[in-house]
Amino acid sequence: MATQSSRNAARLMVAPSVILLFIWMIVPLALTLWYSFRIYRLLSPERNGWAGVRNYLWFFNSPDFWVAISNTLLLVGGVLAITVVFGVLIALLIDQPVWGQGPLRILVISPFFVMPPVAASIWENLFMHPQNGMLASMAQGMGFEPILFLESYPMSSVIFIVSWEWLPFATLILLTALQSLSSEQLEAAEMDGASALSRFRFIVLPHMTRAITVVILIQTIFLLGIFGEIFTTTQGGPGSASTTLPYMIYKQAVIAKDIGRAAAGGIIAVILANIVAFFLMRSMGKNLDA
Amino acid sequence: MGKIVLKSVRKSFGDVHVIPSVDLTIEHGEFVVFVGPSGCGKSTLLRLIAGLEDTSSGTIEIDGKDATDLPPAKRRLAMVFQSYALYPHMSVRKNIAFPLKMAGMTQAEQDTKVEGAAKVLNLTSYLDRRPGQLSGGQRQRVAIGRAIVREPSAFLFDEPLSNLDAALRGGMRLEISELHQKLKTTMIYVTHDQVEAMTMADKIVVLNAGNIEQVGSPMELYKAPCNKFVAGFIGSPKMNIVEGGVATQMNAAAIGVRPEHISLSKEGGTWRGVVSVTEHLGSDTFLHINTDAGSMTVRAEGDSMFKHGDEVGLTPMADKIHRFDADGLAIR
Amino acid sequence: MARSVTPRRKLFYTAAAWSVALLIFFPVLWTILTSFKTEVSAVASPPQLFTADWTLDNYAEVWGRSDYPRFFWNSVVISVGSTLLGILIAIPAAWSMAFAPGKRTKDLLMWMLSTKMMPAAAVLIPMYLIFQRTGLFDSRTGLVLALMLMNLPVIVWMLYTYFKEIPGEILEAARMDGASLGKEILYVLTPMAIPGIASTMLLNIILAWNEAFWTITLTTVNAAPLSAFIASFSAPQGLFYAKLSAASTMAIAPILIMGWFGQKQLVRGLTFGAVK
Repeated sequence: MATQSSRNAARLMVAPSVILLFIWMIVPLALTLWYSFRIYRLLSPERNGWAGVRNYLWFFNSPDFWVAISNTLLLVGGVLAITVVFGVLIALLIDQPVWGQGPLRILVISPFFVMPPVAASIWENLFMHPQNGMLASMAQGMGFEPILFLESYPMSSVIFIVSWEWLPFATLILLTALQSLSSEQLEAAEMDGASALSRFRFIVLPHMTRAITVVILIQTIFLLGIFGEIFTTTQGGPGSASTTLPYMIYKQAVIAKDIGRAAAGGIIAVILANIVAFFLMRSMGKNLDA
Repeated sequence: MGKIVLKSVRKSFGDVHVIPSVDLTIEHGEFVVFVGPSGCGKSTLLRLIAGLEDTSSGTIEIDGKDATDLPPAKRRLAMVFQSYALYPHMSVRKNIAFPLKMAGMTQAEQDTKVEGAAKVLNLTSYLDRRPGQLSGGQRQRVAIGRAIVREPSAFLFDEPLSNLDAALRGGMRLEISELHQKLKTTMIYVTHDQVEAMTMADKIVVLNAGNIEQVGSPMELYKAPCNKFVAGFIGSPKMNIVEGGVATQMNAAAIGVRPEHISLSKEGGTWRGVVSVTEHLGSDTFLHINTDAGSMTVRAEGDSMFKHGDEVGLTPMADKIHRFDADGLAIR
Repeated sequence: MARSVTPRRKLFYTAAAWSVALLIFFPVLWTILTSFKTEVSAVASPPQLFTADWTLDNYAEVWGRSDYPRFFWNSVVISVGSTLLGILIAIPAAWSMAFAPGKRTKDLLMWMLSTKMMPAAAVLIPMYLIFQRTGLFDSRTGLVLALMLMNLPVIVWMLYTYFKEIPGEILEAARMDGASLGKEILYVLTPMAIPGIASTMLLNIILAWNEAFWTITLTTVNAAPLSAFIASFSAPQGLFYAKLSAASTMAIAPILIMGWFGQKQLVRGLTFGAVK
């Protein structure tokens, strides 16, 4: 349909969303940029001053910052690795002739629907807690000392919790893609003499490449901004051991109430996100045009 | 009622000039078929008449009034789409009544007209079913019913039979032709199938790359095609085209002879060749022969004795040879 | 893979798959079970799966708190509200992009997608300040707006993919039948799009209910939904394990159930239609 009247109507109808999203993107981002160059602390009388790049330098000179950056990347990379690898394996398993595939799917995807604070809270209290947690009881039952997960291995524990939450998403997407593979292709391969392993390598895996790419892209978008789990469990500690960039920004904004610094952190987060996105698109972009 | 005139109608999509310029008159009550290969612009032309696309320039007159800027709803035309485009969430009754509802008719008036249309098309027992529960042929009838009920100035058909299997197609062709005889309304019918064109049309418009190659009755197009394109498009199997050789002898750049106008012999013949493939249809036999003038197709009787590998002679009927000049135009 | 497989193989796969599934589901199961225990048996060592004294007391106590129902209601209002608002704005946009695409439509869609890639933390500052100054801080209205903006790209994308599946010819038929634009949308488009709209709403309610950044940073006491409540009170000072489990179960139950029904929508929505 392509008459002039319909086109005009069309333009009018897209307008509200576009305008809203535009304002939502540009205005806050511009403000953040502005604040990042100013001295602005809610707890101090000095409000107006040009800080130049001081706020940025504070970050670069702070050892906590580099820890936060590496934690952020660790979190994203770690969760991606765990969810994609196990996601593929579990999807393959569920796709086999099994009884009750429906209920199986329901069980496997459940963690994704548990809101992050609750997921974190469940793991923190019911399982990882050194006195009352189930893992502690199990360890004691076997004669071991309970591991202080959140204290001794804060970042790994957070990665584990987030992986538990996101594994269902990866599994579901990969399972959907797997089940869209036509059985005829596999049968043709079998007639051509391919073993099960070969069929996996040369037919199943390439077919799933697109879905894996999508999973990695989507998860990266969300994982860069993980917040609730850290807030609930470790509050970024001990010290800064489990602080990621978003959490660091939060601390500067809400706890230290240093608006200027938090804004600078925000800009750094945007740059980091763009860098990650760039590399991702470079390596995965081809997989999407199928 | 139902006279449509197109004057210098042009249509471009960006840089693509789908229709360079078309002048055409469709008289009241005619069954006109737009025919041509894929991408020739026939559907676009139909949609321009319907008002679903704007013309880039030119005018469209319907019953003497300029309709170029009128929206589809106001042109008093009805269209039957290739996919039937039935409303899946409405019953057959509601589907057929929809245009009447849009026109603001009372429920009673709607019911009368719907039942009338249903009777004509044998749909009365299906009125309360949903499109999803109907077969292809039934859905098509519902689409036609929805069009009839509006009592339009003209019906527009966009390749309505292409989604039906071959057996159904023949029957529906007859039904549409009978409908035309009964209603006597103008019908514009788009198809790529030249058999449909030949059997149903009063007037055929042959299109190629947006240009009208020829307009005429089926027999006119068959007997006197004005250029090589029309000659090769109308008639199945395709007309044999020969260049050089015999053509030069007849003062033409190329000559054409239809498969049904060539006789075969064991000896002699204007051309000689070797039979490669024979197709036995029971009523006819089509032989594909490699001759010194190229590959040619000949129609013979059903029990023709020639087979693969035979050497044969081909002789065209003298008064059925078409001559074409260097530009592909027919020489009369 | 529909060839006949030996029963032994099927048993093996079934056992393996179910073991893995139960392992993954176990934390949720444990929480639900614990919510019915007494506090004593909740922390019993070794941990007991089932207990002799079932009780509903935990649910009564948690719900009886003066604030829990308010948190629950906040979650409902915020997730449903932001979804409805988003749908209202997104339907016209998705309609025009699906049925009247222009040259820029693809770019527009890609740009919308990219707005979701921006880390929320980056705009925490301006949002925080703007919300403070306009009185939207710690208000349900403010949160509805914030979440609507966050999810608008997803809503538009999902509706767009659903609308694209409606054959354009049916809308053209309606036009030929004399329907104006409004009647076309009312009588033909919307009925056909209802399943798609419902799916989109489902997914969005799930996303908004579980959102754990803005709901935490932009609220304190009044508008805090369940996510903020659990996040702030998880260290059990006031909530012991059984009650914590009850609070958690009530917080996740609606979404768990919606999610079970919404698997397909999840795949389509969160992959922006790339996987269907």
